Amino acid sequence: MPVSLTSSKLIYDALKECDIRLVSALPETWLVHLIRMTDDDPEMILVRLAKEEEGVGISAGAHFAGVKSAMLMQNHGFLASINGIVSFAHLYKIPLLMLISYRGSFGERDPWQTQGGNVTEPVLRALGIPYSFLDKVESAKTRIRQAQTLAESSLQPVALLLTRDLMWEE
Amino acid sequence: MLRVECLRSIYSELENCLVVTIMGAVAAELQSLGHRPNFFYLQHAMGLASSTGLGLALCLPEQKVIVIDGDGSLLMNLGSLSTMARYRPKKLIHVVFDNESLLSVGGFPTATSAGTDLEGIARASGIPRVATVHSVENFKAAVTNAMHCSELTTIIAKVEAKGPAAYVTNLSLLENRFQFRRHIQSLKSQ
Repeated sequence: MPVSLTSSKLIYDALKECDIRLVSALPETWLVHLIRMTDDDPEMILVRLAKEEEGVGISAGAHFAGVKSAMLMQNHGFLASINGIVSFAHLYKIPLLMLISYRGSFGERDPWQTQGGNVTEPVLRALGIPYSFLDKVESAKTRIRQAQTLAESSLQPVALLLTRDLMWEE
Repeated sequence: MLRVECLRSIYSELENCLVVTIMGAVAAELQSLGHRPNFFYLQHAMGLASSTGLGLALCLPEQKVIVIDGDGSLLMNLGSLSTMARYRPKKLIHVVFDNESLLSVGGFPTATSAGTDLEGIARASGIPRVATVHSVENFKAAVTNAMHCSELTTIIAKVEAKGPAAYVTNLSLLENRFQFRRHIQSLKSQ
């Protein structure tokens, strides 16, 4: 499977450096290494979800407990989480660090991913969620740190879009 | 059985728990008995109270956490039962007040009024301890037992579809949220 192990490790190490201790996740191809690394790490709590919106509640609980968390999801999972984001994270000012695999964008071969790809950024903008891209090895670590810093200081959801350029090797 | 009477029967037991409730009647009735800093009322995001309780319980495994859910909210996030069952934190208690109604928005009947069995769904999802209760006495006993047994428990409490006169209280959502977190941090520093 040509999901980049190197980039996954880079992202995982950056999350650890940000003191992330809980990760909620729903499997998707680009996230397989990240989920396995989380599962293998005794210092990390991995919560495998039935639906991504649960992760908003779990991250809120972690925040109340004083534990930093991250959410791993596909962009369709982000779309499935919108009410939780609006009527929990926004309403109650809960920091969320959302790592979203940006499927359905340039280079996508799976027809079923393409509609979600079209609407991901417009929906993020409509929700007023600050977002940036993880698209280069050189900048990924810094950008994760910056996203985590902004989420914590602004007490709001912040999104990082994991791009094909970083996550896929072929 | 009235929900507020159930809440009154366990009110003193809630003192040493972290309590997460759903919106509407449950939040207003618990506040009418007296707000405490260890109570968090999720006044929207239906379905996520149980997920919030799970997040708390996984991060604070020694802390008793009690989620006060409802049939309408739980039906919106049935997957949460499977996620709770998968990780089954020992000190998490999940109470579901089942009034077979979306009472806060006008009393529309939920699927439990037509035979959907939340106890059966919870059990089949893998929740290790599940009970349904129909009296205040049995409700109190079920919650008290759950607090002493150290195993994830879901308690379905069949209650009447009657709520308080008003749902909006004078506790602001953000005040509640910041107080709740500060309270938990103060517990950790003790």
